[in-house]
Amino acid sequence: MAKAKVVAKEKVIAMPNIVSPNKPVTFNEDICNGCNHCVEVCQIDVYLHNPQKGNPPMILHPDECWYCGCCVNDCPRPGAIAFNWPLEQRGYWKNKATGEVHQI
Amino acid sequence: MSTWHDYLKEEGHAPDWPYPIRYDQEQEVNSDVLVIGGGIAGCWAAISAARLGLSVVLVEKGDTIRSGAGGPGCDHWCNAPANPLSNVDPDEWAEHMADRPYGNGIGVQIQCREDWDTLLEMEQMGGKIRDTKDEYKGAEGRDAKTKLMISPRYTKVHSYVPGMIKPITFKSNPEGKLNNVVIRVWGSTFKPALKKECKRLGVKIYDRVMVTSLLNENGIQGGRVVGATGVNNRTGEFLVFKSKSAVLATAGGGSMWMINTELSGYSNMMSRTITGDGTVMAWRAGASLTNMENTGVLRIATGLKHKWYTGAGDASYENVPLVDARGKRLPLPIQGWEDAGAMAPTMKVEEEIRQGIKTGKYELPFYGDFPAMAAVERRATWNLMLGEESTTKIIIDTFNKAGYNESRDLLQSYKYIEGNSLPQWGEPGYGGGVLVDWNLKTTLDGLYAAGTQMFSPEDHSYAAATGRYAGRKAAAYAREAVEPKISRAQIDREKKRVYAPIKRTGGMDWKELHAGIARTMQFYVSEFKTENLLKMGLGTLSKIEKESVPLLFAMDPHKLMRSLEDTSLLTYAQIIIQAMLKRKASSLPLNFRRIDYPELDPPEWNKYLTLALKDGKVKTGSLPQAFWGNMKKQYEAHNKEYAGVYKKK
Repeated sequence: MAKAKVVAKEKVIAMPNIVSPNKPVTFNEDICNGCNHCVEVCQIDVYLHNPQKGNPPMILHPDECWYCGCCVNDCPRPGAIAFNWPLEQRGYWKNKATGEVHQI
Repeated sequence: MSTWHDYLKEEGHAPDWPYPIRYDQEQEVNSDVLVIGGGIAGCWAAISAARLGLSVVLVEKGDTIRSGAGGPGCDHWCNAPANPLSNVDPDEWAEHMADRPYGNGIGVQIQCREDWDTLLEMEQMGGKIRDTKDEYKGAEGRDAKTKLMISPRYTKVHSYVPGMIKPITFKSNPEGKLNNVVIRVWGSTFKPALKKECKRLGVKIYDRVMVTSLLNENGIQGGRVVGATGVNNRTGEFLVFKSKSAVLATAGGGSMWMINTELSGYSNMMSRTITGDGTVMAWRAGASLTNMENTGVLRIATGLKHKWYTGAGDASYENVPLVDARGKRLPLPIQGWEDAGAMAPTMKVEEEIRQGIKTGKYELPFYGDFPAMAAVERRATWNLMLGEESTTKIIIDTFNKAGYNESRDLLQSYKYIEGNSLPQWGEPGYGGGVLVDWNLKTTLDGLYAAGTQMFSPEDHSYAAATGRYAGRKAAAYAREAVEPKISRAQIDREKKRVYAPIKRTGGMDWKELHAGIARTMQFYVSEFKTENLLKMGLGTLSKIEKESVPLLFAMDPHKLMRSLEDTSLLTYAQIIIQAMLKRKASSLPLNFRRIDYPELDPPEWNKYLTLALKDGKVKTGSLPQAFWGNMKKQYEAHNKEYAGVYKKK
């Protein structure tokens, strides 16, 4: 899941609403080496190469993602990229023995 | 930083477009055979034409490595009655499949005759089709000798609903043994292997290029197809493809039914990229289309993405018993060995469950009882079937990473708690496509079609087998054909149309146009169809064409592609309504109901309607059911030279 960023002081600028969902995936910058394989396998061209070489790609068209999963499935460095389902799409399950209900 | 907004905040400016901009620049590409669309059908068409020694160009809107509906994977190789474990004769099975009204007997005959050969070739290329690591020893349907894994799907009849098709006794299977026509496969290995084979054979691949139009000989609509135009969706470069023949291997127009401009991947089962481009370019070139009034059931909402549908129309629950919140078994089919692989409940069962929910007999929510399954069957469903199916691979991985354990936990179903799709949201146009003959040739010389692009298509293995077939037929035509003569005037006209949105700096963006078209169809092509409503729909679309399309603007080559896609969708929508206006009758198999013509399937309307554009006017015609003739005889007459499985050189 995406982690919220906490910044002490931030300049407030005028921005339009962001499209939602905004982060179909999250990157682990410690594992990702910026090979851009995910950019190539994306059916939709959701990503752009990061202008800074070696860094994870930028998500440019999150609203076009159809969650086919190719970018995560084919990533050569496991853990570098993870799915981040929008809140309204997170599935449930139930422990058969205890009845405890969980959600993604 | 991973989003655009983060970048803007951190850098203080928007990122530069990372690809060189080449608007108005032009490149000419020549080949014997041009394949449009690099999904399953397109890759197979390119491979089969290249194996015959012809020069082949393959053009794909995404990247061939994973593009198309079958790009991420495939869990079932359906309708391979020629496989060694099958108990039915391929011709008899094909005839049974084609017995459904408004199907495509040509395509299913090709599929039934050739898709086992196609699968063996897939294996030659590196696709995994057998349980070579003995991971599923003991699973029902697994053959110890061949290590093939037969699926329970269509084990008795080719039917989605139990009782929909009467159980028949096949002459080739008099004892009524299981048919064994569907094979489980490791389809996530397929697409990269297909791209690799294309490259090995010297197919020239143009990824990230959207084909925008077909070129007719001398620019005359209805004439031989001699190439196509395209635009690179990263650089904006214009491409002119000149070829002796072409295979159209694009898809339908499912994205039209995405009403929401955001969450697009969730409001429909189909990808954003399925925008009817191929159908529309064939239409503009003068090809005949058919079945465009056919209406699917819109797979809208959440049921088919990341959540599980209960026993209806989706593979999610194969062999999984379905239980209510108290653990009571539900009478829903489980798409498994015990119900012959039926996928949807009968009306009677559906009603019984609805009543049961109201009276407290069944308590919501419902669950898939994975823990109750035999371990090997559970693994076959969870890891092999869902793990290899197109977009479910990522779903099971994500569930497991979040802590779901299929041997311990029940998986929730949403079928009754989220409600059904609204009745007015059908999927008109579903099953419509280009009319083809026994060579998979369209009504235009030089133009062939395969996979979802044909009328009444089937699934992944169908796309593969028909792509492979269309490729060799297009190659045979190209071998004899004279040099193509393209028209500069036609190219210039198309270039002007293609670049119009980037010449404007403001106006209407593609998302607004998209939603406008979708809403028009929702209003006027809904559950209640009348001559008047359909004409109002056509009127609104025409207003959009005159007033909104000239305002379309695109800020970069990617958005240019989306804009062009939506102009395709607009035409696609108009064709659907034209077809609906022509059919003055209702039909159950077409899921098409007109209030002003309520009688279901009157005999005089029991026919395919065809539409083609001629001199700017829509010309209609009709074809009788089973117009393809005797399937076995026709197939054999057209394939005397067929050599079976490719011998790798």
